[in-house]
Amino acid sequence: MSAKTITADAPVRFYDLDEHAHPEGHSTMLGFWIYLMSDCLIFAILFACYAVLGGSYAAGPSPKDLFDLKLIALNTAMLLFSSITYGFAVLQMQRGKVKGVQIWLAITGLFGLAFLGIELYEFHHLIEIGAGPQRSAFLSSFFTLVGTHGLHVTFGIVWLVTLMVQLSKRGLIAANKRRVMCLSMFWHFLDVVWIGVFTFVYLMGVLR
Amino acid sequence: MTIPHPAPETGPILGKLSMEALPLHEPILVATFIGVVLGGIAVLGLITKFRLWGYLWKDWFTTVDHKRIGIMYMILGLVMFLRGFADAIMMRLQQAMAFGGSEGYLTPHHYDQVFTAHGVIMIFFVAMPFITGLMNYVVPLQIGARDVSFPFLNNFSFWMTTAGAVLTMISLFVGEYAQTGWLAYPPLSGIAYSPNVGVDYYIWGLQIAGVGTTLSGINLIVTILKLRAPGMGLMKMPVFTWTSLCANILIVASFPILTATLVLLSLDRYVGTNFFTNDLGGSPMMYVNLIWIWGHPEVYILVLPLFGVFSEVTSTFSGKKLFGYTSMVYATICITILSYLVWLHHFFTMGSGASVNSFFGITTMVISIPTGAKLFNWLFTMYRGRIRFELPMMWTIAFMLTFVIGGMTGVLLAVPPADFVLHNSLFLIAHFHNVIIGGVLFGLFAAINYWWPKAFGYKLDVFWGKISFWCWVVGFWVAFTPLYILGLMGVTRRMRVFDDPSLQIWFVIAGIGALIVAAGIGAMLVQFAVSIWRRKELRDTTGGDPWDGRTLEWATSSPPPDYNFAFTPVIHDLDAWYDMKSRGHQRPTAGFRDIHMPSNTGTGMILSGFCLVMGFALVWHIWWLVALSFAATIVGAIYHTFNYKRDFDIPAATVTAVEDARTRQLAGA
Repeated sequence: MSAKTITADAPVRFYDLDEHAHPEGHSTMLGFWIYLMSDCLIFAILFACYAVLGGSYAAGPSPKDLFDLKLIALNTAMLLFSSITYGFAVLQMQRGKVKGVQIWLAITGLFGLAFLGIELYEFHHLIEIGAGPQRSAFLSSFFTLVGTHGLHVTFGIVWLVTLMVQLSKRGLIAANKRRVMCLSMFWHFLDVVWIGVFTFVYLMGVLR
Repeated sequence: MTIPHPAPETGPILGKLSMEALPLHEPILVATFIGVVLGGIAVLGLITKFRLWGYLWKDWFTTVDHKRIGIMYMILGLVMFLRGFADAIMMRLQQAMAFGGSEGYLTPHHYDQVFTAHGVIMIFFVAMPFITGLMNYVVPLQIGARDVSFPFLNNFSFWMTTAGAVLTMISLFVGEYAQTGWLAYPPLSGIAYSPNVGVDYYIWGLQIAGVGTTLSGINLIVTILKLRAPGMGLMKMPVFTWTSLCANILIVASFPILTATLVLLSLDRYVGTNFFTNDLGGSPMMYVNLIWIWGHPEVYILVLPLFGVFSEVTSTFSGKKLFGYTSMVYATICITILSYLVWLHHFFTMGSGASVNSFFGITTMVISIPTGAKLFNWLFTMYRGRIRFELPMMWTIAFMLTFVIGGMTGVLLAVPPADFVLHNSLFLIAHFHNVIIGGVLFGLFAAINYWWPKAFGYKLDVFWGKISFWCWVVGFWVAFTPLYILGLMGVTRRMRVFDDPSLQIWFVIAGIGALIVAAGIGAMLVQFAVSIWRRKELRDTTGGDPWDGRTLEWATSSPPPDYNFAFTPVIHDLDAWYDMKSRGHQRPTAGFRDIHMPSNTGTGMILSGFCLVMGFALVWHIWWLVALSFAATIVGAIYHTFNYKRDFDIPAATVTAVEDARTRQLAGA
């Protein structure tokens, strides 16, 4: 800034003459957070529907007749482990080890697949014994809530595979690191939602 | 109830689609179709003749420039407005005719589609594109940014909105549209009572457009939070940016609810679940609750940005700082929060009981307090100001007078016992048209007249603008005052024929009002055409600040360069540009640098095209095409993520050339 002053007031700087471009991806994390919150609202609606309709059995089966807590506990374990392993992948990324990230991402994906496999087995079993989503409003809202979560996990696995390919092609460049962090938020978010599902749908369903 | 056409058989190749789907037996639709085809051929022919395809593709369809995307949104809104208004005229004509045993000229099947399409199009494909376009254009300029935070996403959002609009328009000529009213309440919209494709068009049109709306909401929130010029704290943001921020927060906090609700409705229709059915435990009332938890914030999404426009316009044309900036901001935030606590007032008659109805009645009335505070702020801004009665200011005053009446009838409807009498009556119709036309549309017209010189570098013609203004304001009152009266007499909405001949005169008057409004729309189109034709005479010679503006968008040239600002402004005060002008800022004329900008991409348009095909295939149960287009969308999106090179530098030499031209222009002014 010039030291010469014509008037008594110091000259006011009205333009940033020495500016630098915003770093690439500078607001991606905030944007992704807000997206997650919008997704959270979708789940909130599905939970609300379950809360309203979860007791409408239409003279059909109730949670007590249907849910096998041991199976669900196993399923929950799969997803919780996958969150831990994703955390390990992020730790490896902070140390700059692509190989380590890849391995832990692969393990995370396998846990995710195991979770989906068990969920599909459960759905298949329920439909086979005549407790499909068309049977009652309770089952409609159950299948939709749990199924929407499952769809999110499926999408997360597709993303995870894509990211592994991108990591193998380009390594830990800034853009890829950002993507690892976004998927990390997404994955943990699904974990949190599942804890809600496990508690409100399965545990309370069996206790009710 | 009679179902006009039985549900067709589903084939493996074409799904439910067959020659039956073409409305060859409806002469009105056939004539419209011929008109659209001829018009379409003429437009495409002209584009080809003048070799504009490359220009359109390179400079517009694939653009990530927020200004061009904003303009495209506005064009989409305008085109769809003509369609939505055609529906309005058809309804007015039908209702003015159908007395004394006359059936009018529309069959029930057709009439029910017309009123549904009118509502859906006017809200989702007229008002939403208009306000999104406006926010897209103005917000980055007002905060001194070069673009939005996620420029590709912005392009994608626009094309998703367009794809939703196109799918809705296809229903006019292939199949049918929903006959359920604009919110498609079940069980009427369920598969049992609406077995044909109309509701499916409704669902998928809104779902595709909804993706675009939600993403653009996220984009603009992040832009406002992250890309403000140095020194612009939240309480130094222009009011329009504030109201846009709140509107976008509402978008992100409410459109997912619409998405989820429509997913549940489509599951009921496609999979046979029982969310909203009459049997097996379903609850249609839940749909009504859910849709209004989205629907009430939606009306504030529409009107809040326009409150911002009125603030900018009042302040500029009164030559004064806005009165009560802080209270204006807090009033906006109050409205944002309160808009979530009133949804049940749309169905007091559902039977929730006196306590629940009282709660929602009171919260609804409370909203009038911050809104009233805003109105007084505008009045006090005008008080002792040097008011210039340019077109934007005229629209603002028309808004104040009109909107106050609409607000008062709203408070009337918020009283549950009164609502039991007026629910679903034409009084309600008159009320919400009073606030939406008087608030949203008048605001848009103020905004278009205000920012047109910024976008194109010349002002809009005043003569035709005034004709349009008077036709609109007078036409509005002639068209809707009779509806208030009819509503008080107990006439319900969505009626196709009437028995009581004493009512006819009111419908005839309302029809005349609609024709006056039509003249207003015509005058506005003439205004645009005349202004484009006479653009040399109307050119803004002030170098980008024709109204003596106060906010940053007037600091740059008109139209602004691709990069908006060669150097990012530094903000010291509210009304940053006024501050710069009054403290004698010097525009830098040398030392320009490379400017980093995002590159254009066609991906947004291509992905939205796939989604459009998928929507069409879902409507008609063409499952192989659903699978194919879904796979194409996913693969296309993944393919896009492999493109890491998404930006480029505008060389300093180019920036210097552009800025030197502006320096010469300013010297000549």
